[in-house]
Amino acid sequence: MTLDIAIQRRLADAEHPFELDIRFRTRSRRVVIFGPSGAGKSLTLRAIAGLMTPERGHIAVNDHVLFDTQRGVNLPPQRRKVGYLFQDYALFPHLTVAQNVAFGIRTGVFNPSSRAIPEQASRWLSAFELDTVARSYPSQISGGQKQRVALARALATEPDVLLLDEPFAALDPQLRMRMRKELAALQAKLDLQMLIITHDPADAEALGEQVLEIRDGRIHGDEVAEALAS
Amino acid sequence: MNVAVWVPLLLSLKVALWATGLNLIFGVAVAFGLSRWRSSWRDLVDSLLTLPLVLPPTVIGYYLLVLLGRRGVFGAVLERWGINPVFTWQGAVIASTLVAFPLIQKAARAAFENVDPHLESAARVLGLSELAVFFRVSLPLAARGITAGALLAFARALGEFGATLMFAGNLPGRTQTLSVAIFSAMAAGKDEGATVLVVVASVTCVAVLLIAGRLAPDRSKLRIT
Repeated sequence: MTLDIAIQRRLADAEHPFELDIRFRTRSRRVVIFGPSGAGKSLTLRAIAGLMTPERGHIAVNDHVLFDTQRGVNLPPQRRKVGYLFQDYALFPHLTVAQNVAFGIRTGVFNPSSRAIPEQASRWLSAFELDTVARSYPSQISGGQKQRVALARALATEPDVLLLDEPFAALDPQLRMRMRKELAALQAKLDLQMLIITHDPADAEALGEQVLEIRDGRIHGDEVAEALAS
Repeated sequence: MNVAVWVPLLLSLKVALWATGLNLIFGVAVAFGLSRWRSSWRDLVDSLLTLPLVLPPTVIGYYLLVLLGRRGVFGAVLERWGINPVFTWQGAVIASTLVAFPLIQKAARAAFENVDPHLESAARVLGLSELAVFFRVSLPLAARGITAGALLAFARALGEFGATLMFAGNLPGRTQTLSVAIFSAMAAGKDEGATVLVVVASVTCVAVLLIAGRLAPDRSKLRIT
């Protein structure tokens, strides 16, 4: 299981020229990219998910090539088999918790009815202890529950890698500690490949098997990655 | 109530429903396209599409006659297929649709631009095609704004006068809508008939607004937290 990334992109802004130049290769299953805001963390995550297109480079998860300018590969987000946990969770406010979790299981043109929830989604709802709020709307549930819904929704599509964008920033400090433990336990249980970006050192400490530091669009201190790759 | 009231009222409702329905398709489609289009031409296109809102309706009627009339640019082509919209109720629909178009287009566009782009990204990453993202995320989240625009468009189409009179004429029972009938009654000195029509028009509009209030979807489901 490897994550192989080398991407470059210049962002056109005359006043604040910014060049993203991210290279790392890792076999670790819990990777944390740690750095201040504006360092290019989110851009990196968006590039892996296919929501932002780099100018040059390649991205591969295991042996699945998602993006490669030399080979002319640029898979759309739909075909990348990645899970994405957005910082604000991006739950669909017009759908119930159950419909949110089932969202990626049925990819048809219309939203399935809130009464016809697929078996697969019900299992994820139970696994995340969301049965009691299955028929609630995202605005009616707590912050911790929202994060579980977002996780269940992403995992229900069985992604190759789970990308987490500041997963605990939206939570209050006490809840943050608990959810870190929950996520670590979940990762161990499902043997998930995770890539977390964060500005919080506590996240890196609690969750990182390998921690990469990002500054000004570049990865620093990736000796571990180099060692693992060779 | 007598035929002189019912016939124009029903015709007005029919025309306004058609105009709103057509705008729900074209206005919403154009609005979605414009909300996602990044180009320096966008402002110009936007201005052109807003013209029906600010131009005198008679100018719209004139353009319609020039374009779709028997000798018009497109009218000549339509004529060959045996279609001539001038002085027909369908002509009234065309005039009303055009005049009401900016109301629905602007409302829908604002609604689409208000949809959190993260939600659309999330749907893509979850495997939905662009079409599915539109029908399952963008459209339902914009539905409230679109509904508001559609009701305004319906009310505007219901009251359409100038462009309709010029393009569809004033044929009782065929193209004489409520507002045209009021004008005719006044012009013919039938003040009492006009008064009845005016009362009916006012009551109809209040009813539309009341229904609008009831139709508005539940806010709690759409609140983004």
